[in-house]
Amino acid sequence: MHFNLPLFPEQASTIAGQVDAFYLFLVLITTFFSLLIALLILFFIIRYRRRPDHEAEQIHGSTLLEIVWTAIPLGITLCIFVWGAVLYYRIENPPTNALEIYGVGKQWMWKFQHPGGQREINTLHVPTGRPVKVTLISQDVIHDFFVPAFRVKQDVLPNRYVYSWFEATKPGSYHLFCSQYCGTNHSAMIGHVIAMKPEDYAEWLASGKAEGSLSSMGEKLFQEFGCTTCHRPDSGARGPNLQGLYGRPVRLSDNRVVVADDNYIRESILNPNAKVVQGFQPIMPTFQGVVSEEGLIQITEYIKHMGTQESEPINNRSTPTQLRDNEVPMIQQELQQGGQPAPSGKKP
Amino acid sequence: MSTSQTTTTEHHPALAHQFDSMAQQQGASTFGMWVFLLTEIMMFGGLFAAYLIYRIKYYDAFVAGSTSISVSWGFANTLVLIASSFTMAMAVWSAHKGKRGPLVGFLIGTMILGAVFLGIKGKEYYDKYDECHIPGHVIGKGFNAWGGCSVNNPGLGNIADEIQQHAREAGVSVPEASAMQTARQTEIFFSFYFLMTGLHAFHMIIGMGLMTWLLLRSRRGDFGPQYYTPIELGGLYWHFVDIVWIYLFPLLYLISRHKGAI
Amino acid sequence: MSTATTTITPVMPAKHYLNDNYGIRSWLLTKDHKRIALLYLGSITFFFFMGGLFAALIRLELLTPAGDLFTSDTYNKLFSMHGINMVFFFLVPSIPATLGNFVLPIMLGAKDLAFPKINLLSWYIYIGAAFFSLAVMVSGGVDTGWTFYTPLSSGFLRTHVALMAVGIIFAGFSSIFTGLNFIVTVHRMRAPGLTWGRLPLFVWSNYATSLIMVLATPVLAITLILLAMERTFHIGVFDPRYGGDPVLFQHMFWFYSHPAVYIMILPGMGVISELITCFSRKRVFGYSFVAFSSIAIAVFGFLVWAHHMFVAGISQYSAMVFSLLSMAVAIPSAVKVFNWTATMYKGTVSLETPMLYALGFIGLFTIGGLTGVMLAALGMDVHLHDTYFVIAHFHYVMVGGMVSAYLGGLHFWWPKMTGRMYPEAPAKLAAIITFIGFNLTFFPQFILGYLGMPRRYHAYPEEFQVLNVLSSAGASVLAVAFVLPAIYFLWSLKYGQIAGDNPWKATGLEWQTSSPPPTHNFHEVPVVTAPPYNYGSDQEVTVVH
Repeated sequence: MHFNLPLFPEQASTIAGQVDAFYLFLVLITTFFSLLIALLILFFIIRYRRRPDHEAEQIHGSTLLEIVWTAIPLGITLCIFVWGAVLYYRIENPPTNALEIYGVGKQWMWKFQHPGGQREINTLHVPTGRPVKVTLISQDVIHDFFVPAFRVKQDVLPNRYVYSWFEATKPGSYHLFCSQYCGTNHSAMIGHVIAMKPEDYAEWLASGKAEGSLSSMGEKLFQEFGCTTCHRPDSGARGPNLQGLYGRPVRLSDNRVVVADDNYIRESILNPNAKVVQGFQPIMPTFQGVVSEEGLIQITEYIKHMGTQESEPINNRSTPTQLRDNEVPMIQQELQQGGQPAPSGKKP
Repeated sequence: MSTSQTTTTEHHPALAHQFDSMAQQQGASTFGMWVFLLTEIMMFGGLFAAYLIYRIKYYDAFVAGSTSISVSWGFANTLVLIASSFTMAMAVWSAHKGKRGPLVGFLIGTMILGAVFLGIKGKEYYDKYDECHIPGHVIGKGFNAWGGCSVNNPGLGNIADEIQQHAREAGVSVPEASAMQTARQTEIFFSFYFLMTGLHAFHMIIGMGLMTWLLLRSRRGDFGPQYYTPIELGGLYWHFVDIVWIYLFPLLYLISRHKGAI
Repeated sequence: MSTATTTITPVMPAKHYLNDNYGIRSWLLTKDHKRIALLYLGSITFFFFMGGLFAALIRLELLTPAGDLFTSDTYNKLFSMHGINMVFFFLVPSIPATLGNFVLPIMLGAKDLAFPKINLLSWYIYIGAAFFSLAVMVSGGVDTGWTFYTPLSSGFLRTHVALMAVGIIFAGFSSIFTGLNFIVTVHRMRAPGLTWGRLPLFVWSNYATSLIMVLATPVLAITLILLAMERTFHIGVFDPRYGGDPVLFQHMFWFYSHPAVYIMILPGMGVISELITCFSRKRVFGYSFVAFSSIAIAVFGFLVWAHHMFVAGISQYSAMVFSLLSMAVAIPSAVKVFNWTATMYKGTVSLETPMLYALGFIGLFTIGGLTGVMLAALGMDVHLHDTYFVIAHFHYVMVGGMVSAYLGGLHFWWPKMTGRMYPEAPAKLAAIITFIGFNLTFFPQFILGYLGMPRRYHAYPEEFQVLNVLSSAGASVLAVAFVLPAIYFLWSLKYGQIAGDNPWKATGLEWQTSSPPPTHNFHEVPVVTAPPYNYGSDQEVTVVH
């Protein structure tokens, strides 16, 4: 039996210290008010204890006091809200240069894929000093990706990508828990995140037996499933050109504009009629049941890297989906002014 | 709601022990019924909210589904229910006026119309059964909206075909794969169709039971101008069930119909 | 107390609601709200100990890091059934159906609730639902957690999910009918002179609770109906394999279950108002504020449900809105705590058992409520969600809060209900042991939660063991504390001191009639002319006959 009694998990990420500081603040407030009430009560039950000659003073109330002890807690809770919201914003929004890793949760294990194709089960190696964004999806029920030492947590849903990001600061091995009850072996769906110094991480990557990078595996699937039949850069193509697509706004047949993110790509493969690109017919068949979650991840990686060799996306008649470069700022302004930005992943 | 029930100085036989007067009893009872109807609104409301959310998510499939249920029968049912609310209101009026004969008659009329409603609903359900549009594979022939329902009649319940046909008429070409996918998604529409109309029909059946009990009591002469609260409450319940249908009909049958056929 | 008191030895009234009629039929077909309250009391006590048994088994398993006492499936069933039992068959009915049923009509000066037959029906529905669920539990139970999240519950478990859902749906109807009855009674059956502004705060709290019961429970019913339909007929509503949205289930579920937690605390708050005033012999400080805070909690409680879903995949904007609203809902509760504390100021306080429970409530509820504010803070919830911190939080409010209030109320109104006093010394001991056992059980769980121990874990990493052992030790103390009242309450039925009409010299109409009361509560209709909590030197009596 372990006899040391820690109160905090290790602080192993850039955000951990900030979360702990917020926690301390909250604990202080809780302790302060709890003690205040407790001591007041203690004082009152002694000072005003029942004595034979002693009568209670019938006090109606005090509106001023009511206002004060409504306003002060309200002020404090608003501060708590703001601090919490700012911290949350930082926890939820990864920097753009994050290393992208993919995770698939299933009953009852975690499967991770690195961009270079390395795969892991229940363990996740990451470098320190670099933001890592883990894109997650479940194969069955809702799971949850929880690394206490990093202070991050994200429910992992079936049929929809979500992500969690962190920047590890200290090399070490940290608990990874599934923290959304998922059936029989929920408490066994655990593992470790192993943070390594960047040199060690590079070594580890090189030593692993990868079949090829995620992107190259995706390219194979792209060809195997016949995607190239329609998705070509030439003008007669029946499907939109995918080069340079990732991350750009796309106009749909009903005039909505959405951003082509991971969820958009996944949905387009599994449920092509949900969002049909303007200027194209809804003829794409569904690949539901044909391609696995890992396969989807690999194809998405491939699409992400399509067109990154060229410096500009192709703009020709065959790509009406691609908004012209001169259109993009206008659309982005439209989006900012409260037309729906519609990142197809998060839902209200 | 009529409130002209007078209190008598003697203890009316229908005055419950916890109340001081018939007026208090009648007021409390009707208030209680309104609170109960509020709970029903919350229950149906949850279901409607879920329906609307999925309608937005699977818009095309829901349009196709809406198109495949019969608006004529739905409309007929709407008229039947409105008529039954009328007969119910007349029953309440008769009770208030102390006219036992008309009271009994209008109650019977309401029940007949209710039965007609349920009969038409039964026919609609049967049609859906026939066309393999009952969702899931536990009840019915197994969901199939893309032509595999009947070997002899491939057009039966073939929503995929209908989608392609409507598109052709509109001058657009929709390939088979796409129509199949939309047809598959109509299963969710039909889930909600059966859940919503089923819950409603369940309430209708309970209403029929209430009407039966009210009918028996009316024939026995339990009600008069001084006391007809149960009739009033039955009326409130019946009107509520009618109003739920008034919402169901457009939501299920009518929305976006202009985009489909008929 | 300056009025001269002549001591009369209290006697039991000759005829009262307990001996008015004998025989099992007179109980099972009763329309008397007091008897129905006792029927509920027996039933919910049974299910409390049932849920407690599951808790004991859970804590036993968690003594060691390995899952060595039960199989994983059994353990998953244990915590599911602990939650279902405690929430639906104990906490939700507890105070309203027992103390509320008994005391509310008398506090209003009424002869009974507005709809006595519906009251009895409500008990039958409860009993039917509860024993049906018990049968389901015995024949395998469910392992979904009390939250039934999809798609796990809709498509991946082979346990009796649909049947359990049916049991809970029916229990919900019992709740709805109780709430409906209370609302109509409070509106329409107050005694002459009893304006809203003169109502005891116990009535205000139960009224607010009833509003929630009536509006929120139907949404749970439809959610569970949809779940049951999905499971039975394989239609797609929440399962993504059929095109459904699992997060929609969470929205619908929590739309009820968040207001439900206010159902599980507001009646307790009402009891506390009665206890603090009586045992300080002082009117409540800020009556209107306490009364309206109950309504505010009920209203705001409907606006915050998605704070259970901050990491579930909702948008960041939604999360911020719900976090902000959740801060707002904490304020009325804080106002109540301050008002109760201020009520004791310049009062004359005595520490009988009900007061001990009331004071325990204030302290533990404050901690529980403030840790709730911690969870409502977005950046904090990411780390704490679905850990033992949440478990500690809600047990502080539900056990430290509601159960303490329930026990306090039970002790307070026991003489009214039975005509006899409970024995004070063992009762005080039980109250103190409850407080100690409770804190020992649940405080370590706050720490465990921050360390990262997730909920619903059958086995856990070794470093969490010390805190788990502390928690389980506390649980054994708490168990003793809960068993003691069962024993001495039963003992008091035969050997307890006769209480008399008003052993506490409390205000309130219920104390102006005999203990136990006659079947029709009052011999004459009371007329109210005085404000509530009229503890002053000039009059002990608030009623003019």
